[in-house]
Amino acid sequence: MARIADPRRWFGFAALVVLLGLAWTFRSSVPANATTGGLTPSPRVGFVAPDFTLDLLGGGQVTLFELRGSAVVVNLWASWCPPCRAEMPTLQRVYEANRARGVEILAVNTTFQDTQADAAEFVRAFGLTFPIPLDRTGEVSRSYLLRALPTTFFIDRKGVIRQVVLGGPMSETTVQTAVEELLRED
Amino acid sequence: MFPILQIGPLALRLPGLFLLIGVWLGISLIDREAPRHKVSGAALNNLVLYGLIAGIVGARLGYALRYAPIYAEDPMSLFSLNPTTLAPLDGLLVAMIVVFVLGQRQHLPFWPVLDALTPSLAVFAIFLGVAHLSSGDAFGAATSVPWGVELWGAIRHPTQVYEIGLAILVFLAVWRIRQAPTFQGFQFLSWLAMAAASRLFLEAFRGDSVIVFGVLRAAQLASLASLAAALVGLHVQARRALTAVPAVDQSTKTM
Repeated sequence: MARIADPRRWFGFAALVVLLGLAWTFRSSVPANATTGGLTPSPRVGFVAPDFTLDLLGGGQVTLFELRGSAVVVNLWASWCPPCRAEMPTLQRVYEANRARGVEILAVNTTFQDTQADAAEFVRAFGLTFPIPLDRTGEVSRSYLLRALPTTFFIDRKGVIRQVVLGGPMSETTVQTAVEELLRED
Repeated sequence: MFPILQIGPLALRLPGLFLLIGVWLGISLIDREAPRHKVSGAALNNLVLYGLIAGIVGARLGYALRYAPIYAEDPMSLFSLNPTTLAPLDGLLVAMIVVFVLGQRQHLPFWPVLDALTPSLAVFAIFLGVAHLSSGDAFGAATSVPWGVELWGAIRHPTQVYEIGLAILVFLAVWRIRQAPTFQGFQFLSWLAMAAASRLFLEAFRGDSVIVFGVLRAAQLASLASLAAALVGLHVQARRALTAVPAVDQSTKTM
């Protein structure tokens, strides 16, 4: 205790520690774009969302990259998944309320573990109007490290993932606030 | 990285589970440590409980306030179990204020309370690292070192493993110094200094640092400030103990 209470000895030691810390801080300084994963595509917050091109239910194709400039919600789902059923009407309401503000929803059906007929019936029953890409091979689910259904990725206008929600159902408040965060980041 | 453990239809979120284990182990240490610092274990348990509740409530309210019109339409969403609709820093601030005010009202001694909570904080830090390992958060910068791990599309420093290792070392140091008779605040301030120094060192290997002033890592600056404050605090408390107690009685009067 006497050593700590001695101002000369202790402040000499403290100054040395802080100077070393300061030197380490400058030694490990990096440019701002060197952190948060840079531009590596990866399915997590702060990274660029992995790109994909998928066939759409009802015809046509969609490429995620081509939606740059819009806030995009990518939701992975299956027709047999109860929380997916519970949250789809919410996604539809948020889509209708925000589409004109530049919000796009891609509800990727995990067709490799579902059937296209069941997916089509699901979409008809809920009156969904947003695009439904079909992940027939499971490639997109794998690249997004899908571990629970539903899983939702909120992607900003620059293509960077800003929020990931594992599981569901999400409330309308959750989806709407996440969308507001995406629209705020410009 | 294993964020989800699937047990039949049940998808367990492992990071949350590890944090809960950390809280539980931390709380279980309180009863053991409180008598050593002449603090009521029950009062300390209550303090932690109220702090946890205040933290969660504060985090949700902080988030909701940012989107007040949306929450006003659906107030029940305030009770959502979704952890993404929490504002952690707001929660921490509210928890600290509540704990401080409650501690003052119950006339709990400031430094002995912090000293008694120190092993709990140190054990929680270990499980925070395990939670990061499980979720893949707090990830490292891309590297070519032989022990790099593949994560998020690159070979990276296993910063979560470094974090766990350093937290274990800090916990062992805290466990050791708690035996020594010293002055009030010694244990907590020593832990703060060691934890800050660990973060200062570790942050250099992180790939998700927030950068300020163009090139500096914000967490390192915050750690440096905490480290300096802890070192000054140690000196002030040591002086206070020396001047308050006659030299002969030091070993018996101080903790």
